[in-house]
Amino acid sequence: MENRINELFKNKKEGILSVYFSAGYPSLNDTEGILEAIQKSGADFVEVGMPFSDPVADGPTIQHSSEVALENGMSTALLFNQLKDIRQKVDMPLLLMGYINPVIKYGIEEFCKKCQEVGIDGLILPDMPMQVYLEDYKEIFEKYGLLNIFLITPQTSDERIKYIDEHSEGFIYMVSSASVTGAKSNVSDQQLAYFERVNDLGLKNPRIIGFGISNKETFDKACSHASGAIIGSAFVNVLRENPSRLEEAIIDFVGSVKGTKN
Amino acid sequence: MSKKFDVNDKGYYGKFGGAYIPEMLYPNVEELRKRYLEIIEEPEFQKEFRDLLRDYVGRPTPLYFAKRLSEEYNTKIYLKREDLNHTGAHKVNNTIGQILVAKRLGKSKIIAETGAGQHGVATATVCALMGMECIVYMGEIDMKRQKPNVERMKILGAKVVPATCGSKTLKDATNEAMRHWINNPTDTHYIIGSVVGPHPYPDMVARFQSVISEEIRKQLKEKEGKETPDHVIACVGGGSNAAGAFYHFLEDKNVNLIAAEAAGKGVETGESAATTALGHEGVLHGSKTILMQSNDGQITEPYSISAGLDYPGIGPMHAHLFDSGRGEFISVTDDEAMSAGVKLAKLEGIIPAVESSHALAVFDKRKFKEDEIVVLNLSGRGDKDLETYIRWGGY
Repeated sequence: MENRINELFKNKKEGILSVYFSAGYPSLNDTEGILEAIQKSGADFVEVGMPFSDPVADGPTIQHSSEVALENGMSTALLFNQLKDIRQKVDMPLLLMGYINPVIKYGIEEFCKKCQEVGIDGLILPDMPMQVYLEDYKEIFEKYGLLNIFLITPQTSDERIKYIDEHSEGFIYMVSSASVTGAKSNVSDQQLAYFERVNDLGLKNPRIIGFGISNKETFDKACSHASGAIIGSAFVNVLRENPSRLEEAIIDFVGSVKGTKN
Repeated sequence: MSKKFDVNDKGYYGKFGGAYIPEMLYPNVEELRKRYLEIIEEPEFQKEFRDLLRDYVGRPTPLYFAKRLSEEYNTKIYLKREDLNHTGAHKVNNTIGQILVAKRLGKSKIIAETGAGQHGVATATVCALMGMECIVYMGEIDMKRQKPNVERMKILGAKVVPATCGSKTLKDATNEAMRHWINNPTDTHYIIGSVVGPHPYPDMVARFQSVISEEIRKQLKEKEGKETPDHVIACVGGGSNAAGAFYHFLEDKNVNLIAAEAAGKGVETGESAATTALGHEGVLHGSKTILMQSNDGQITEPYSISAGLDYPGIGPMHAHLFDSGRGEFISVTDDEAMSAGVKLAKLEGIIPAVESSHALAVFDKRKFKEDEIVVLNLSGRGDKDLETYIRWGGY
């Protein structure tokens, strides 16, 4: 079977919406229900955050959700357990996103094997260096059918963007501005120039824009410069504000971003 | 001479080190990696660095033969007096070096993290000296227990920002500084205070601190007729003073390198910062090293009476020294350290920083021969710790 991420990008070229949430938040056992609601809501794929104690690339919202999830008792082993039957209920692409230390602690090969067993399609590990991936991990990821998604930022040089593109599959995660997650909430001219610059490079991989996308307006703007966008902090806020009516709130929020509701 | 303990071209000491950073930090770290050696090897840089160390910092610091302490422990003890540096600790050796690097990189703003406040004060000092804007991140708890240093930083014109997440200590201050750098990538240089962080920081900081071991060799030659001692003792949080004290002895197999780690209330009590005793291989703050962490790979919140040693990891060079058996790592509890610190005060009239007291406690835990020469790096002075001493000793 072809990787679900590749399948999605082959069939859908624009307006792709992804959401991020931290596993184990707001309550420990919400993971499965949230994923089902996201699927129902019409979002295209999901990044499931693996909480980490020291998330340096995250802003306050996601950091807080990680902290709460860890206090709730979330762990890598428990996450795999929560996801073990997920493919009977959810068929959209699923990615795990987190920091590399818990993955190293779990054991890289064992971790990838588990990902394959539960039906994970790709990984985003922002603090894993490209070089380390190519030398030590690529073979293992490929063995278990996992795509590794790399980030680029406005400070990434054209030369390096091309290098990342060459070694990437699936899509490229385009960080919208120099910031941690959730830091900014509009799209500036400077960012638009960066989106244009990347578009002009003629990359083989589609791009998804993340960081600072929070509503229909910013989503639409991102979509006019890339294949789609990822909403993290704003989605986590929706979960935080609606712990007792998660499904309804998720469907409402995704509907409002896509313009199918409100 | 073999360079077994030097960093390799990929930034590793054995299996430890590297640059595990999000892409947002890549351009900054890469720029530094490409340029740091070329910059610090320039004769002009070296002259400016050496002149400032001599005329502003007050180097060379004395290598003092501690007669009464030597009698007490029946061995020959020399104290490398880093406590006599301007700002009161070894930290300034590195901040002088890094601010000169930052200038040459065209940066106008400086950020730093600090635990005990010594690195924060040293950074605020060199920023004042060079007229650069300075923001120091410090754990909320550390701000309370090291209040005099917070005040000093403010007088020097720095902005001190509390880190309010996690354990509210050094590791969290480091997280906040890294976030700030991610948000301000072009005009800002991050002065990391220890031999931690992504390559090239551990190597760069170790090189700036290596002035300590360079001087020890010269001074020992004058005093003892030979350049190498039998033992060098230093405390290790992240490990910058130890890296500096060990640096020029790394390849001398006859020199025993002893690192004192903070065991807090005891290695097994759950309130400890003894990294090699409790830690496992992992990645934090940009490098692969030995870390205190849970079975799930979450970083453990460390504890030590000393804010400067309250860190869940050690620098990758130290991880390699431990892993290869080149270094001897000894755990020292709060009580052992405080008692050793007070003993130095009474025997030699020197009140050491609580960090340095951990190194001093090694004399109570390990015997040395009468004719052996032991050099202890007295990394800082205890002015900032008076309250801790008063509370502990009931003075």
